[in-house]
Amino acid sequence: MRIDCKHVWEHISGYIDGEVDQALRAEIDRHLETCEICSAVLDSTRNVVVLVADERVFELPTGFSERLHARLDRELELAGSS
Amino acid sequence: MTASNPEFEADCIRRILAGEKQLFHSLIRPCERAIYFLLLSLLRNEVEAEDAAQDTAIKVYLNLSNFRGDSQFRTWVLSIARNEGLGRLRKAASRREDSLDAQIDEQTGDYTPALLTSWREVPLEALERQELGDILRKAVEGLPPIYRNVVLLRDIEQMDVRETAAALGITEGSVKVRLHRARAMLQRDLAPRLEGFAPKRTGMFGWLKS
Repeated sequence: MRIDCKHVWEHISGYIDGEVDQALRAEIDRHLETCEICSAVLDSTRNVVVLVADERVFELPTGFSERLHARLDRELELAGSS
Repeated sequence: MTASNPEFEADCIRRILAGEKQLFHSLIRPCERAIYFLLLSLLRNEVEAEDAAQDTAIKVYLNLSNFRGDSQFRTWVLSIARNEGLGRLRKAASRREDSLDAQIDEQTGDYTPALLTSWREVPLEALERQELGDILRKAVEGLPPIYRNVVLLRDIEQMDVRETAAALGITEGSVKVRLHRARAMLQRDLAPRLEGFAPKRTGMFGWLKS
């Protein structure tokens, strides 16, 4: 079985997550060896996944945790007095 | 993300229910980020997401005795967060998340990636530039809600497929399909804008494998 570029794109996400079966993975790997376009699509997609996951990108608002626990303290006290 | 620890959680819950209320702080702390980002994804407003996150934590506390332990604690917490968020959306009637879900999910869109050849990888060090973080955040925030939720939980909070499906009330298959589409949309949207952050090529085909 020879797979084309479109077929590779359909499985990019599963490929990144290690969810494609062994036979398909081998086909994709073989395709990637000779296809610069798909290889760049895979690299850039994986790169985007890594970048957005960096904790500097999505941070909790400053003081979020302090405010949450202060509110919880008030609630726990209230629950205790009832 | 902090990995869940069922034994610690079960012990904590037992002791909290027996009266050691202060332990609730430690129990909820590892879930804070996921609660907030799930709610931010639903509500798209930082102030409201924070308020809803606080209400969620309180509801978790008040309903702790109802946790059966047949799902992960964090999954249960996130389903409470999701209900809180959807309840607020319904009340505000500003958005119809559920019907929107169905519409977008039915579409068989074109998820062709950006066929770039000019760059391969932006190194993590580039995130020291505020501008790059802004571009990435805006791209995720610009995704349709059903895709944004999945990216936030799977890629940003690093939750597994099963937990994400349970927290969002969708099938594992939907999680995978949505994540795939979301990543394709992000790649297509970001490819032209990330180019400037990638290391410069050494020659015309400098990054090609020799």
